[in-house]
Amino acid sequence: MKRPFEQAVTEHGAVVLRVCRAVLGPTEADDAWSETFLSALRAWPGLPDDANVRAWLVTIAHRKAVDVARAGARHAVPVAVVPDATAPRADEPEEALPDGELWTAVAALPEKQRLCVAYHHVAGLPHPEVARIVGGTPAAARRAAADGIARLRSTYATDGRVSAHV
Amino acid sequence: MSDDPIQLLTETTPRDEERLAALHAVLVARASAESAVDVTYRLVDSPVGPLLLAATELGVVRVAFEIEGHDRVLESLASSVGSRVLRGGDRLDPLARELDDYFAGRRYGFDVPIDLRLARGFRLTVLRHLSAIPYGSTESYGEVAVASGSPRAVRAVGSACATNPLPIVVPCHRVVRSDGSLGGYLGGLPTKERLLALESAG
Repeated sequence: MKRPFEQAVTEHGAVVLRVCRAVLGPTEADDAWSETFLSALRAWPGLPDDANVRAWLVTIAHRKAVDVARAGARHAVPVAVVPDATAPRADEPEEALPDGELWTAVAALPEKQRLCVAYHHVAGLPHPEVARIVGGTPAAARRAAADGIARLRSTYATDGRVSAHV
Repeated sequence: MSDDPIQLLTETTPRDEERLAALHAVLVARASAESAVDVTYRLVDSPVGPLLLAATELGVVRVAFEIEGHDRVLESLASSVGSRVLRGGDRLDPLARELDDYFAGRRYGFDVPIDLRLARGFRLTVLRHLSAIPYGSTESYGEVAVASGSPRAVRAVGSACATNPLPIVVPCHRVVRSDGSLGGYLGGLPTKERLLALESAG
């Protein structure tokens, strides 16, 4: 890629941060973001000029999220990106985000749904691209993203407060 | 604020902007520490408008006036020096301070390391000579041609000045026509006038 790397950070930094939050929760998202952009910076000159930068960054973020989750996991979980029970930590209020309840609801999604929501709805990647990252068919990715959003709508109350976990 | 989870998932909040600024600073620091950056840059305000300052590991590689198009300059640095270009870091802090002092009339020359990789051949020879023209004085294009070893290359001296990657720091504004008129300037003639006025006041 011959464009200045800074453009990629400006254009996609915020989205990648939200993707990392959706996949890992707010606490570990910062680390994953840093690892993603450092790794992307190193590889940037070799990226073809016509590459889809956002999809490329999200793919790196996915791999970094796997690393971060594995490093943080007490018990090795060979396939899972992160244990489904992971949620933003209530004991770190200074880290709490204004939309923390939303991230709690996202963290409670089954893994495949969470990843597909992150890569399709948060990152805006088309389902075939999502399927390439998470595995499986585009149709399955579409279904997982739709199921995930439906579940979020039912668990995340519309007045901005947490609903009871169902 | 919408209640829809999809919109909430994609909205960037002011808190996010703060977080991203902090993450960006860490990225620049880590990348610089492992030499994974080709160019860092920052913008500074000056009496001659916003200046883009860019540096490699070796030194300051580019100073650009707004009239040159800062985005265009960055694109061109990315293709000529390397595309691992990041904003920020502290590499350019010394030059920013020296420029402040220069514009305040407290400094007559620049001590920061410079990287002249963007100039080659005769142009490089000319630029090397320019730094020897003292603060507050001028030379004609013809005199610079003589001093650069090619007395007949007056027009080439003009091109060397017009493509000077480090204006102000390498003082191409001190080169004027032999009849005393200003000639050209890559930062625009009012800028050249202003720099020469500043230096003659000192």
